[in-house]
Amino acid sequence: MRRLLALSALLLLLAAPAFAVDPGEMLKDPKLEARAEKLGAGLRCLVCQSESIENSNADLARDLRIIVREHITAGDSDEAIVKYLVSRYGDYVLLQPPFKGKTLVLWLGPFGFLVVAIGAAFAFYRRRTKAPVPTAALSPEEQRRLDALLKDSTSK
Amino acid sequence: MRRLLYLMPVLILGVLALFFAKGLTLDPHNIPPELLNQPVPELNLPPLPGRGENSGLSTADLKGRVSVVNVYGSWCVSCVEEHPTLLEVKRQGGIPVYGIDWRDDPMLGAAWLKKHGDPYDRVGSDPAPGRAAVALGITGAPETLLIDKNGIIRFKYYAGPITPEVWQDILLPKIQELQKE
Amino acid sequence: MIAEIGHFALILALAVALLQATIPLIGAQRGNAAWMSFSGPASAAQFLCVAIAFLALTHAYVTSDFSVLNVAENSHTDKPMLYKVAGVWGNHEGSLLLWTTILTLFGLAVTIFGRNLPPGLRARALSVQAMISVGFLLFILLTSNPFARLDPAPLNGNGLNPLLQDPGLAFHPPCLYLGYVGFSMAFSFAVAALIEGRVDAAWARWVRPWTLAAWIFLTAGIAAGSWWAYYTLGWGGWWYWDPTENASFMPWLAGTALLHSAVVVEKRDALKSWTVLLAIITFGFSLLGTFLVRSGVLTSVHAFATDPARGAFILALLLVMVGGSLTLYAIRAPSLKVGGLFAPISREGGLLLNNVLMATGAGTVLLGTLYPLIADALGMGKVSVGPPFFNAVFLPLMAPMVVAMGLAPLLSWKRGDIAAVLMRLKVAIGLTVAGAAVAWFAQGGSAGPWWSAGGIGLGLWLLTATVTELAERVQLFKVPVAESARRAGLLPRSAWGMTLAHSGLAIAIIGMTGSAAWKSESVQNQRIGETVTVAGYGFTLKSVDPVAGPNYSADRATFEVTKDGAPFTVMTPERRMFRQPPRPATDAAIRGTLIGDVYAVVGEPSGRISWVTRLYFNPLVPWMWVGAAMMTLGGLVSLTDRRHRIGAPARARAAAAKA
Repeated sequence: MRRLLALSALLLLLAAPAFAVDPGEMLKDPKLEARAEKLGAGLRCLVCQSESIENSNADLARDLRIIVREHITAGDSDEAIVKYLVSRYGDYVLLQPPFKGKTLVLWLGPFGFLVVAIGAAFAFYRRRTKAPVPTAALSPEEQRRLDALLKDSTSK
Repeated sequence: MRRLLYLMPVLILGVLALFFAKGLTLDPHNIPPELLNQPVPELNLPPLPGRGENSGLSTADLKGRVSVVNVYGSWCVSCVEEHPTLLEVKRQGGIPVYGIDWRDDPMLGAAWLKKHGDPYDRVGSDPAPGRAAVALGITGAPETLLIDKNGIIRFKYYAGPITPEVWQDILLPKIQELQKE
Repeated sequence: MIAEIGHFALILALAVALLQATIPLIGAQRGNAAWMSFSGPASAAQFLCVAIAFLALTHAYVTSDFSVLNVAENSHTDKPMLYKVAGVWGNHEGSLLLWTTILTLFGLAVTIFGRNLPPGLRARALSVQAMISVGFLLFILLTSNPFARLDPAPLNGNGLNPLLQDPGLAFHPPCLYLGYVGFSMAFSFAVAALIEGRVDAAWARWVRPWTLAAWIFLTAGIAAGSWWAYYTLGWGGWWYWDPTENASFMPWLAGTALLHSAVVVEKRDALKSWTVLLAIITFGFSLLGTFLVRSGVLTSVHAFATDPARGAFILALLLVMVGGSLTLYAIRAPSLKVGGLFAPISREGGLLLNNVLMATGAGTVLLGTLYPLIADALGMGKVSVGPPFFNAVFLPLMAPMVVAMGLAPLLSWKRGDIAAVLMRLKVAIGLTVAGAAVAWFAQGGSAGPWWSAGGIGLGLWLLTATVTELAERVQLFKVPVAESARRAGLLPRSAWGMTLAHSGLAIAIIGMTGSAAWKSESVQNQRIGETVTVAGYGFTLKSVDPVAGPNYSADRATFEVTKDGAPFTVMTPERRMFRQPPRPATDAAIRGTLIGDVYAVVGEPSGRISWVTRLYFNPLVPWMWVGAAMMTLGGLVSLTDRRHRIGAPARARAAAAKA
């Protein structure tokens, strides 16, 4: 009972995202369990779409959760576990696309868009201010009216 | 120059359309096997009850001859569809077919074989959490691997159950190629 | 028999649509009033035919007519009536029919409410609308006929996925479709304007109400979908960056940008070419969404049964409509007259910044959604792009926009003084910093995520800045309260709409931040009589009893919940097992409070006296729904602004003449 409360309290502090993990799967050591959950949150459930293995009810997700925990208990590092799964399932198993050659466009793309968009906005401004509209000179009568109007107008 | 700028949106659409058209021919569900041309990982799967003490599956069994490893489960509906094809392969002989009973209670796996027929020379039991299946990069059943004489995984068929056509046109030619090596 | 009538009605609708697509268009080119006015009765006839078809399909579902293949595949006699009806659009063919019904409904609405539109513009727009109809009707009739018969008729159907048997989800698709399809009007108006060769402030004023209506529905639809996911999927998540969610988000981003840039066109006669492009792109995103969900090129939990042949048809439809209009844009847009000047720091500049960032945001979501497809098509293997990518890239992009949203309404048109504006926002800035600090300390400093204070700060900033703008307008605290109240009464509804919508977004941002940053959960095997405490709430499992529903059986858990020791409430989550098709589904029990949701889920039994339970406290989640409701309400209020009704300029002139 006390362990349950401690676990709840720890989870509270760590503010972990919510999961489909069964209590039977969870590791006894809360630190290891938290590590497993964090790791799992970045691993894709391969037979669902856009869900992590932590969030999915699928059987394969369950299997992978258990296997990840087994590897953690056996002492493997996070990198080693990820490497193991990537060697089996490819980069596809990672929810966050790795920053590699083939995902360069993906990661740099948004920044590129922003640059293009801002650039377009600038070009738009420059085009506006470059073309001065030729104005005919004002007649003295018009100039006097203009002065009068300017003096009268209130701001905003 | 300005004209070109206005043409950009439709040009971008054109490029995207090409990708979409290509995309229609692909299948995003089919994650290609990552373990191709890698050696089979260490396996030592116990046998199913009722099939003999020595009839489990280990890595050593997968060396020496070109073999077929078929992953099935008593819960798998499509496996029933492909079973007759495998039975036929066993009947014709010459090619060892091994099974992995995945995520199954061994009793259920054995009972399923009694019911539908047993095409396997050896069957390894891989109950939940399916460590062997994960080690082999399996995502669903049925999936079938072709292993060459040196225990290297050379091909995975995962596009559904094995129909006689699939066996004739896809798997058998590959097996014969591997046997020639 | 009824199904055949429905089928025939669709064919008739196609014929009418073909006529509507051509005759008024030619009439507008030639100035032939009779031909132009053909669009009126034609749009009514189209709607009537498609509505008959829709009713015919509904009839088949309601009477459980399993000789209709569509009904057999998706319905079952045990289903409650509400879900039998919802089943009409819970499948590919039926949802397309709903799409088309709404499309023709909007066409009819333009005929009825757009009487004061210039006849040429109206005729052209309705012709373009009819072209879209033609495309979809062909798609339905050739590849996705909902009226196909099944012989022999089975005794019962396959039933509907239990996850979809839910009131929220019954309304989510129609709401979304009203949004998606609503943007087709902006599209049609844009293409009509390009054909005419004229985009001006009047055009923007006519387009805005239709865009706003679509936007309102899309906002509500997306919020409804998130809310449904939150209470159904059983762990309090509400957004997964799933491809279909993104497919609804992209038109929303583009549509929001369109709303704002149309303001610039109307008020300052600028950004015309961009606005037209945006109108085309927004609807293009709607069509793209349709393509992505139904073609099978992307995997999604939402995807309908996928079929590359259908995918090819939609792709062709997409290319013809969007490609055609973009080509027209490339040809015609350069000759649109350039509009008014404005300085970068000005209200127009702020709106332009909004557009830049929204467009970049939409492009980012598009890139992330399509990247797996692009990588695969280029032979680079399978790449998965999940929430971590989108959160890392999209959110930082939106932060500057939220900051700008607070500033822009206070800037003047044409040229604004940023320093003066910041001075006027002193109180807002102070409150923001204070609020962020409070949030930081409340979470225990670095015990929580580093971004939570930033998120709260952004939301607070937007809220206080928006309220400041309103306060300035009514000269609050500068004149007597009665005078402020009088000014408030005189404010145009669009001003109230903006205040509501921007405040709603602010509150929603605070809700999203709280929910993502400070959620607490506890998962355990809980015995009957045992108490588990989460975030100060004690959950005591009193009993788990079997209950029966119309088409499911369930285990209902009863929790007595205390808050800091004092009795709080009783919660009864269920774990349902549906019969047809057999699948489990969770029914979470949620109790909302001002600062968060208490959330309880019961899972499988473990042993004989204990059950898997998941207990959560989700902070600030109700604020998300409140915020979304405010945004929707703001849109509605803005929509009812009298100035939007066509003909308002005439009335204003008359009023001015009298004054």
